[in-house]
Amino acid sequence: MAEQPDVLDQPQKPEIIAPGYTFGTVTDQISAVVLTKRTPIFWTACFGVGFALLLLFLLACVELFAKGVGIWGIRTPVMWGFAITNFVWWIGIGHAGTLISAILLLLNQRWRNSINRFAEAMTLFAVACAGMFPILHLGRPWLAYWLFPYPNTMVIQPNFRSPLVWDVFAVSTYATVSLLFWYVGLMPDLATLRDRTTSRFARFAYGIMAMGWRGSARHWSVYETASLLLAGLATPLVLSVHTVVSFDFTIAIVPGWHSTFFPPYFVAGAIYSGFAMVLVLAIPLRAVYGLKGLITDRHLDNCGKVMLATGLIVAYSYAMETFAAWYTADPYEHAAIWQRMFGPYSGSYWLLIFCNIVAPQALWLKKIRSSPVLLFIWSMIVLVGMWLERFVIIVSSLAQDYVPSSWGLFHATRWDVATFAGTIGLFMFLFFLFIRLLPMISIFEVRTLLPQAKVEEETQG
Amino acid sequence: MKTPIYGMMAEFDNPSALVSAARAAREKGFRKLDAYSPFPIEELSEALHLHHNKLPLIVLIGGLIGGTVGYLLQYYITVWQYPTIIDGKPLHSWPSYIVITFELTILFASISAVLGLLALCGLPMPYHPTFNVPRFALASRNRFFLCIEATDPLFDRQRTSEFLETLEPKEVSEVAH
Repeated sequence: MAEQPDVLDQPQKPEIIAPGYTFGTVTDQISAVVLTKRTPIFWTACFGVGFALLLLFLLACVELFAKGVGIWGIRTPVMWGFAITNFVWWIGIGHAGTLISAILLLLNQRWRNSINRFAEAMTLFAVACAGMFPILHLGRPWLAYWLFPYPNTMVIQPNFRSPLVWDVFAVSTYATVSLLFWYVGLMPDLATLRDRTTSRFARFAYGIMAMGWRGSARHWSVYETASLLLAGLATPLVLSVHTVVSFDFTIAIVPGWHSTFFPPYFVAGAIYSGFAMVLVLAIPLRAVYGLKGLITDRHLDNCGKVMLATGLIVAYSYAMETFAAWYTADPYEHAAIWQRMFGPYSGSYWLLIFCNIVAPQALWLKKIRSSPVLLFIWSMIVLVGMWLERFVIIVSSLAQDYVPSSWGLFHATRWDVATFAGTIGLFMFLFFLFIRLLPMISIFEVRTLLPQAKVEEETQG
Repeated sequence: MKTPIYGMMAEFDNPSALVSAARAAREKGFRKLDAYSPFPIEELSEALHLHHNKLPLIVLIGGLIGGTVGYLLQYYITVWQYPTIIDGKPLHSWPSYIVITFELTILFASISAVLGLLALCGLPMPYHPTFNVPRFALASRNRFFLCIEATDPLFDRQRTSEFLETLEPKEVSEVAH
């Protein structure tokens, strides 16, 4: 028995993934999902639904291109309607992926290793869906490149004092950096797939994408530096994206929008809905693909806790929103909040209060957090609640601002619904393609979680 | 005469054996050696003295260029190319420039990180002599390899092979060019 060291050791934590795994079995199990010829019916069904909705999206786009944005319910004064609601909702969902892959990496939360890959994929595809809306909402979507400053003969350039232009830069940077981070994380796993596949075509394709990765110690050493640096860059970036999105609102003088606490409020809401989406994806996937040993109940429990914590921040924000409106002593701010609570959109408002504040309090109970089915249902509730939040902020503020004679309500048309459902289809289509073609769990990072990955040194200092 | 080879490679089945083998090879005086593992091993970088790389510097330079480009882009357009008074604000309204300056800093730094990673690793490199060892496919699964390269001044086909055998590997093989 060695002497007790003076420095307190951290208490032995329970292993993150189920016992009994080896480097070989982890590799085989995760890569088998991709390399097998047998596709589960679950996959075919989800992909089919996604594909059908994607076709609906394309139909809605064709209709939009042919007739213009008037096919949506956007009428003066509510010109943002569903399009911007969906944009903010989708981009919020995208936040969880980067939070898991970057911020939890810097905080040394090793449990993230089993869920970061598909959460990052979720981020990418959610940002892709989000990006559709501002572009389709432009009216002339084929001129979307006018949003970027480029040398042109029109004697015109973007207005850099406008938050809408900041948003273009924030979202496109976020999409690019997320893609790079995701790809860098994939390289070693693509090499694994290259080495394990028996199909010539797959070996060629994965081989090209893996760029000749061979697991050299020299490469790993640079690779680790690169991962940390990218995580360090992505952390302020992810916090800035929803901050900039919230500037779209706060810099306007519309009552109910013009307040300083929007950035943290939006970021917390984004992470809240993002973790809900992570759970909605993880719970069925781990059941269907038998990955409960890798994405364990502890992961679900942790995600539930993050949801609860960010949900409480969101609850605090709602309280502050109301308080700040009262405290300004500005009759227009008073009216905006009053209309939100008791006006034409009060149904949506109280439903979002229920979905985002009341219902999630059940997550305090271990019983709820340890039941995948209940957690799935609760995550769905949160996703609905967060969508309603964005809807109420945008639509209720625009519908009734200053002069009652210019008020007007928003009525969604079927094309609004079709476009939104269509992006859900786009998301499912891309996500299930990813599940089928790329390893949904980071194989090499899960290897580092195994107890055998610890190097035992004989005699050190 | 024998054809020249790339090096000698020893295979291990756990990370601890690889790290102690790498240490032993360094102590023996070998410098042209590399280890291959299915996941990053911190102790291995230490054993092979791989502490410093230039990536942070590359990323810093990339970020600084990005920030400068971002700011100057906006300055040039709003002050020189197309000066327009908006909201009664001065032409050089720097507080409005902050967001895009920040975003382009992050964008350029991240792209430099990825390109720097590829450049410092010499990737993409579709062919490498180590791939000639059939069992090397397991380096991306569950095996750990140490390769002493033929360019090392101490390298000798016979003696290096014998040395690697003393490290108790599962197998020692020649790596053809």
